[in-house]
Amino acid sequence: MLLNALLLALREIRRNLLRSFLTVLGIVIGVAAVITMVTLGNGATRMVAEQISSLGSNLLMVMPGQRLGPGRDSAGAPKFRIGDVEAIRQQVGGLQAVAPQVGSAVTLVAGTQNWSSTVNGTSNEYFTAGNWTLAAGRRFSDDEEQAGKAVCIIGQTVRKELFGSASPLGNSIRVKSFSCEVIGLLAGKGQGGMGQDQDDTVLMPLNTVQRRLTGSLDIGGILVSMRDDADTATVVGQLRGLLRERRKLAANADDNFNVMDTKQIAETLSGTIGTMTALLGAVAAVSLLVGGIGIMNIMLVSVTERTREIGIRLAIGALEQEVLLQFLIEAVVLSAFGGLVGIALALLACLGLATLMGMPFLFNPGINLTAFAFSAAIGVVFGYFPARRAARLDPIEALRHE
Amino acid sequence: MNPEPLVELRGITRTYGHGDVAFQALRGIDLAIAAGEFVAVMGPSGSGKSTAMNLLGCLDTPSSGAYRFRGIAVEQLDRNQRALLRRRCLGFVFQGFNLLARTTALENVELPLLYRGEPVAERHAAARAALQRVGLAERAGHTPAELSGGQQQRVAIARAIVTNPLLLLADEPTGNLDSQRSHEIMELLVALNREQGITVVMVTHEPDMAAYASRCVHFVDGRVDRDSRQTSCS
Repeated sequence: MLLNALLLALREIRRNLLRSFLTVLGIVIGVAAVITMVTLGNGATRMVAEQISSLGSNLLMVMPGQRLGPGRDSAGAPKFRIGDVEAIRQQVGGLQAVAPQVGSAVTLVAGTQNWSSTVNGTSNEYFTAGNWTLAAGRRFSDDEEQAGKAVCIIGQTVRKELFGSASPLGNSIRVKSFSCEVIGLLAGKGQGGMGQDQDDTVLMPLNTVQRRLTGSLDIGGILVSMRDDADTATVVGQLRGLLRERRKLAANADDNFNVMDTKQIAETLSGTIGTMTALLGAVAAVSLLVGGIGIMNIMLVSVTERTREIGIRLAIGALEQEVLLQFLIEAVVLSAFGGLVGIALALLACLGLATLMGMPFLFNPGINLTAFAFSAAIGVVFGYFPARRAARLDPIEALRHE
Repeated sequence: MNPEPLVELRGITRTYGHGDVAFQALRGIDLAIAAGEFVAVMGPSGSGKSTAMNLLGCLDTPSSGAYRFRGIAVEQLDRNQRALLRRRCLGFVFQGFNLLARTTALENVELPLLYRGEPVAERHAAARAALQRVGLAERAGHTPAELSGGQQQRVAIARAIVTNPLLLLADEPTGNLDSQRSHEIMELLVALNREQGITVVMVTHEPDMAAYASRCVHFVDGRVDRDSRQTSCS
């Protein structure tokens, strides 16, 4: 009986191809919209998470000044010194690496090429804290760090701009008045969480930058990497206590430095994107619902239009449940087919858009299955009422219908 | 003739509506039809012949009275049981043909077999045989729109006989056809009645169509007015 009803339903759909196509269109668009929104949202979340984790996991960034961002004057706040870095390393528990950072914007010259970039004065611990690995070459030696030798490790963007695809190792780059030797090449990281190019960087020993570029002992910021088992709140508490003490702040004074937790930033960003995804998904779900109502509308019209046909079927001995089943299957087949086409369309759209926006394409079987099941369910729910109406028609009345 | 009638109506009444607006379409019908008969039902409009056909066709139930079909008390059957009875024992031919539009003749004819759950091969064979019987074998792939009125009615007859029914009910089968097609259809019905022993009950307005029947029942005001067994009705 089920097989027969399926056969009859398919014949009916084939008989009215254009009407079937238009009916299905709503479902196709609804399903495609839901899947595309959710898949792209997941891709965006993953992209941000990857970018943040490329900064280094369990990372704290300590900066002088009362608050980040515009509107607060941080110039008055004292900078850090190397002593602060040593004190943190020795007195705060649960740490993996502590790296000082001094930034300086410079123009780099190699042969006939030049490039504006940022030199970052730091120590070897920066590799751990910043989650950097070397693609080629070596880290700084103790001697180079102590003596402030003219050596540097460059990022992929700097390599590309100054040396093209050639190996930069052993070459010299002129920075301001001195020339420094390239001893290492960083592995690429790509775009950062704020859209900046993380590979556009040059690392030098802290002493080199302080003596030859900035001419002061100030340190712009401190990167603190925690061990995986460390409790962030405890570490931040200890860190603040230590720095307040070293900076001789009164008990009622505000901090004149701040501690940023990258994990927290990542969670905030992911949360925001998650909310956006949910919102867009909800809008798309409404369009899916509208598509379902479209199916009900067409099925109801079709019951009226086909009253006489239903009368014929009943007269030649179709049972009530057979007519019900036929109409129900018609609705379900239409909406399930619409669901499949919608999924195919969504996959194409996601692939295209993900490539266009430089985001990872994450195939999410869950949302595809859910959207498909939902579209089939729409067929059952919205197909049921028209089907029941058709099945309950009085055959005599139905046959008389013009 | 078979002593037990195929169809037996006793004291059948059928009332539409309730109270003041009630309309009594049948006012006590007693009628027995034996297997193998060809009965023409005649009478003016509103005399109750269509109501009687609906009752005979198990599409409707009487308000009172008894209807025995091969001894089965039809008035006690529910909707689905009556549908099953129609499927197994009855064939319908309508004035307006009532074929499914945009559906080939073959698919139209095999429809009752589909509801009976016959396997594909048998379904097709039986449908082709039925089309052959009405002389339309080569038109199996045509849709109703591509067939003439007479051909459509023959497809409808093929659909009605494909299940080898005991009783064929024809409601003004020639009402929409010209004279020559009408006679062709009547000859087909007579042949089915004689050769395959299908009992035929046919409503008609036209005396020359009724003339093909072996028995003629006249309805007037919801009652059987005359019931004559003869070769020509008038």
